[in-house]
Amino acid sequence: MTVGGVAVLVAGAALLVAALCVLVRAVVGPTVLDRVVALDALVVVLVAAFGLEAVARRDATLLPILVVLALVGFVGSVSVARFAAKDSR
Amino acid sequence: MSVGEVAGVVADVLAAVCVGLGILLALVAALGVLRLPDVLTRLHAAAKPQALGIVLVAVGVGLALRTPVVLGVVVLVVVLQLVTAPVAAHMVGRAAYRTGKVDRDLLLVDELSRLRGPEEPEGGLPDGCVVVDEPDGDAGRPGRGADRG
Repeated sequence: MTVGGVAVLVAGAALLVAALCVLVRAVVGPTVLDRVVALDALVVVLVAAFGLEAVARRDATLLPILVVLALVGFVGSVSVARFAAKDSR
Repeated sequence: MSVGEVAGVVADVLAAVCVGLGILLALVAALGVLRLPDVLTRLHAAAKPQALGIVLVAVGVGLALRTPVVLGVVVLVVVLQLVTAPVAAHMVGRAAYRTGKVDRDLLLVDELSRLRGPEEPEGGLPDGCVVVDEPDGDAGRPGRGADRG
């Protein structure tokens, strides 16, 4: 296996660990705002994963997904934060 | 090896370094989101890679692919993130404060508090703080008041 292949594997493993940590926080909560923060971090992990894929394969097919992720993450967290109530879990 | 080929190799190495750093930032942020104690600290940890991490990954993608279309997409992603991430983090922080999800004991300075009654710090208020008289007893608490939004 080439050096580049090993580097891509290591980076992918780091992203997997990051996504698992963030998912645990999103499931555990305890409040809805913790989940929003965790899902925002998950969007960052996803953007990094798509960037890694594009660099590793030298293929720009999936790059528009980055734009979509950036926008959807923003709209999602803002709308949840806007309607967060005192006892929302 | 021509100058162009050397430049290409250098760009590839720089791209790998940039994407690697961005992924490292995402990992650190994920650990912070998992380990830190309350909403505001988790927000603090999660907001760093939303700006710097995505910029690094985007620069890496641009350096690796080097076509005008990719550069346009990458610049669009970076601009969108830099504009929207602080707004989203700010709104989540405000919502956390106003719905009472912030642990006052963990705060060093609370600039949103009205500084009345038991919340007034010992030894008087810091310079520049003003005590606001609220006719409504609830108005000083987070989550209430007419300025919500």
